[in-house]
Amino acid sequence: MTNCEEFISQLANKYGRKRESLLAIIHEVINQYYYLSEESMTAIARELNMPAAEVYGTATFYTFFDTKPQGKYVIRVCQTIVCDMKRKEDIVDAIYELLRIKPGETTSDGKFSLYYTNCLGMCHEGPAMLINDEQYAKLTPESVKDILVNYMKK
Amino acid sequence: MPTSTVKRTDLIFKKDIDYSAVMHKIMKMGKDEFIEELIDSGLRGRGGAGFPTGLKWKLVKAEQSPEKYIICNADEGEPGTFKDREILDNAAEKVIWGMTLAAYITGAKEGFIYIRAEYKYMQTKLRIAIDRMEQNIKALGIKFKLDLVFGAGAYICGEETALIHSMEGYRGEPTNKPPFPVTQGYLNKPTVVNNVETFVNAIIIAEIGAKEYKKLGTKASQGTKLFSVSGDCCKEGIFELEMGMTVQQFVDEFGDGDTKAVQVGGASGFCVPRKEFPNTIIGFEGVPTGGSMKVFNSSRSMYNTLENYLIFFEEESCGQCTPCRIGTQQLLMGIHAVKRKEKPKSYLDELLKLAQTMKFASKCGLGRSVGNAFGSIVTNFREEIIY
Repeated sequence: MTNCEEFISQLANKYGRKRESLLAIIHEVINQYYYLSEESMTAIARELNMPAAEVYGTATFYTFFDTKPQGKYVIRVCQTIVCDMKRKEDIVDAIYELLRIKPGETTSDGKFSLYYTNCLGMCHEGPAMLINDEQYAKLTPESVKDILVNYMKK
Repeated sequence: MPTSTVKRTDLIFKKDIDYSAVMHKIMKMGKDEFIEELIDSGLRGRGGAGFPTGLKWKLVKAEQSPEKYIICNADEGEPGTFKDREILDNAAEKVIWGMTLAAYITGAKEGFIYIRAEYKYMQTKLRIAIDRMEQNIKALGIKFKLDLVFGAGAYICGEETALIHSMEGYRGEPTNKPPFPVTQGYLNKPTVVNNVETFVNAIIIAEIGAKEYKKLGTKASQGTKLFSVSGDCCKEGIFELEMGMTVQQFVDEFGDGDTKAVQVGGASGFCVPRKEFPNTIIGFEGVPTGGSMKVFNSSRSMYNTLENYLIFFEEESCGQCTPCRIGTQQLLMGIHAVKRKEKPKSYLDELLKLAQTMKFASKCGLGRSVGNAFGSIVTNFREEIIY
């Protein structure tokens, strides 16, 4: 067994070998490997006794489940109307100045990926973004750079 | 300074509920009696659709099944809505006890909070609150196991049948109703699916009684409601208000003095233009809302607003049924074409017809509600869409 298969087997023990465990397992795999590789999808399929195509089909329905390599830190900037009114594009520009990536791209060192996302539920404190599970609100081009510099040091 | 005509209330975030005492009271009162109380309170689902909560619980209670489930819908994805996040962040106990109450009444032994991945940062806090509840109910002799389930970035999973599929490990695609979740829900067992705020209201009704609760709001929209206020406002945030006010009253309180439109109910809600403010009531008798109130002043382009909504819907449509999948794409391409003068102005009327068709032909609430924003913005701000 490879490390990845071993890890998934443990997850299946933890959550139970049933279809209802699928999303929880995928969440943990993505926490660990930042995306869902072919190897991990096949391993999940084997553990849950379901076709690998079903794992792929289910995973690709959800925007937070990536099946292509992602940065260690995935930045998701809210693009929905109120954050748009509060100039979300200035935030995206500031990120570009610092990391040289546009929405949809990953830095060459594999540390950051940038995406637009839909309403984060932070409209009253927009513009807002998510870095992995952490929420950041009331962003300014300066504050977003400060936040990212801290992540660069990690 | 004009006096405020908006009625503030403070039930949802008020801290002091003795949950064990409330549960004792309800256990003494009896399950059927409490259901009658809940029906009498007039509480309707706070997610936006407004199904009577008491009736939902009654239907699940009536089902003869050893397994039943209580699900809290915390997949808050409607643009401009953030009250569920605020509740879970600051009053999670009320949600958890509201669910425990539902479990006791309906005879469910297991429950889940389905929470969107965007709110994962609250995980630890919620687990601690759940542990505390599970300790406390032991003394009451109630068996109820509660767990968290995370979504993964899909607006459609806020629709209850899609949510259930997602929990079962499938693509979050809605199915036709009936069967309704009250008879065949999670794992095909009778299931209560309620919004976060609904559970909070249920426990509040258990505490203060239907008689007190009914004093708030109007006949069609009883009780209080949390409003998520954002946009061009003098104050943004979460406000607990009595239902039944007019948009004018709302704008007088929250607007920046130059309000030209209010989008009530998020992207799937209605756009109310200035001339309609005095005659439009916020509530089930007028414009219903899950609580999203987005305020636009005269510097905003309603074309941009509409385009933003359509991009949202086009991305979030699950793609299962044709009217919604193709309809959202065509509406977006259509307004682009009119703006670029590739299509005549009258093409907007064709698009309005398409939006109307989507209302009737789409499988679920997503496709059916695209026409609300589209119709109300295009009708009221036609010039802005064309020029």
